[in-house]
Amino acid sequence: MSETMKADKELNLQGLMCPLPVVKMSKAIHDVPVGGVIEATATDPGVLADIPAWCKSTGNEMLKTQKEGKVIRFWVKRQK
Amino acid sequence: MTDEKKNKVTLIMFSGDLDKALAGFVIATGAAAMGKEVTMFFTFWGLKIIQKGGPTGTSLFGKMLGFMNRGGVDRVGPSRLNMGGMGRWMFKKMMKSKNVAQLGELRDMALDLGVKMLGCTMSMDVMEIGRGDLIDGVSDCVGVAAMLGEAAESETTLFI
Repeated sequence: MSETMKADKELNLQGLMCPLPVVKMSKAIHDVPVGGVIEATATDPGVLADIPAWCKSTGNEMLKTQKEGKVIRFWVKRQK
Repeated sequence: MTDEKKNKVTLIMFSGDLDKALAGFVIATGAAAMGKEVTMFFTFWGLKIIQKGGPTGTSLFGKMLGFMNRGGVDRVGPSRLNMGGMGRWMFKKMMKSKNVAQLGELRDMALDLGVKMLGCTMSMDVMEIGRGDLIDGVSDCVGVAAMLGEAAESETTLFI
């Protein structure tokens, strides 16, 4: 059973390839308040490295990742 | 003072090839998405990518060049295997099937994310390409000193 975390916004990045996942994330982060969480799904395996790097650069936090077959589900928290 | 350097990225877009332009735009949009201030400086063949696509040139050579080197995102082909345009068509099809953004879309995305696009006055002059031949997203046309000024403040400067 996969755990679910409470999220303020869902972001579907499935089927999108680099650089779209980080581009869309950078826009979506403004849709949640500081401290808010985005739950995203993606199929591009590049996100496993890209999103943490994006978080480091923008000062946000990657909370959790889980793989569900071809889909990668992850949670990002807006820190500022 | 050094913190400000961490936030700027400069790209010198010299090449007018599809593959190199794509790489440049992926880097530019990625950097902009990561909160960096991005400047793209288009020179020589790179001007093709920010041209509207109409004929250019005033002198005979200028017009010949404008004819053989037609600008506009639809006319850029890969640096190898272009095969008279076949390669360009094949690459575009492959990218589309894998949901990779096309060059025009990436350029629009970059502008949307606040990427600054500049034209190089020297190469524009030589190739007889005017400000009116360039897309609206280009904010200014500058010389090498302005470009170097941006580069000096950037953490990353790339020549593509």
